[in-house]
Amino acid sequence: MATTYEPIATTTLSSGTGTVTFSSIPNTYTDLVLVTSVIGTTGDYLRVRFGNGSIDSGSNYSTTVLAASNGSGGPASYRYANNTVAYVIVEGLTNSSNPSINVMNIFNYSNTSTYKTFINRSAHTSGTVTETSVSMWRSTSAIDTVRVFQDTYNMAAGSTFTLYGIKAA
Amino acid sequence: MAISRFSTSRVGAGLPKYQKLWDGNTFYYPSAFESIATVTVGSGGTSYVEFTNIPQTYKHLQIRATVRGAYSDTAGQSWIRVNGVSTDSYAWHGIYGTGSGVGVENSDYTAKDGVYSAFRHSSNSATTGIFGVGICDILDYTNSNKLKTIRTLSGYDANGSGQARLYSGFLTSSTNAITNLKIQDQTGGGYTQHTHFALYGIKG
Repeated sequence: MATTYEPIATTTLSSGTGTVTFSSIPNTYTDLVLVTSVIGTTGDYLRVRFGNGSIDSGSNYSTTVLAASNGSGGPASYRYANNTVAYVIVEGLTNSSNPSINVMNIFNYSNTSTYKTFINRSAHTSGTVTETSVSMWRSTSAIDTVRVFQDTYNMAAGSTFTLYGIKAA
Repeated sequence: MAISRFSTSRVGAGLPKYQKLWDGNTFYYPSAFESIATVTVGSGGTSYVEFTNIPQTYKHLQIRATVRGAYSDTAGQSWIRVNGVSTDSYAWHGIYGTGSGVGVENSDYTAKDGVYSAFRHSSNSATTGIFGVGICDILDYTNSNKLKTIRTLSGYDANGSGQARLYSGFLTSSTNAITNLKIQDQTGGGYTQHTHFALYGIKG
């Protein structure tokens, strides 16, 4: 039986890096799953962009967030529209050796009739935050490139990024 | 039979040589995460999606979905029913964020005929191309000594509106192993083309 859930590519940073890009993603899966463990910088957000051949940096991204942290007094929800990025983590990344973890599920990434919607689940120790969000890339292009990066600072050495493919029957 | 050729070289000359029968073969690692069945809605739409005769050979189930309702609204939601039970035998609760606020929902015990709001998604008045997505996990689905909890993470984003939702629920009246799952838009309007539900089994 063909493997249903398998790693496509993985990288661990050996030094501070501004962006991590997965390119030439095969279109043979149904969904993608991007698992990250990022050591970042407090207050900096983790972001993602997609592309087909080249990264789309236009105002074609939007995000709806549900978050809870120990400092805010209760759950909160945010919305970002007509953005140049989709947010992966919005409550800020930790600046310690404790990484921020995130699992991003990108559905039907190669379907050329639908916009691309994905779900994140994130958690990190900066403010003891847990988040879930739904984001959309307003493009019917198949995704063959995924880029992860922060606002301003590099992602630190030891950060890991693994891309998986899931194949439906 | 006549001998047409006689040679002193071996049949296997020039071919790789191995000590054991399995040497040189690519290793096969059986997958713990397997695709059981997939429904992709065609141009005619569909009223509901149902997975029947679910094999009892896995430990857990996962449904992964891309959903657009056919009802004339910008957003919709779908319930899940277990083993064909359609009586008021389900309880559920959840939390959601709309981008501008947070809300909670719950049912009274045995108040509903399905795990309502299991999937939150777009519907047919939303901009073309916008779909909701969701992941539904059902752990230990064959265990006949437990009530089975259904947990979903779902939502949609419509660039200025949307919802992220965490819900869970269960069938309160039976611990039977799950052999059937039915998913339907709560308006009864069904689903549009490109809606996609995939059922996976996870071994344990």
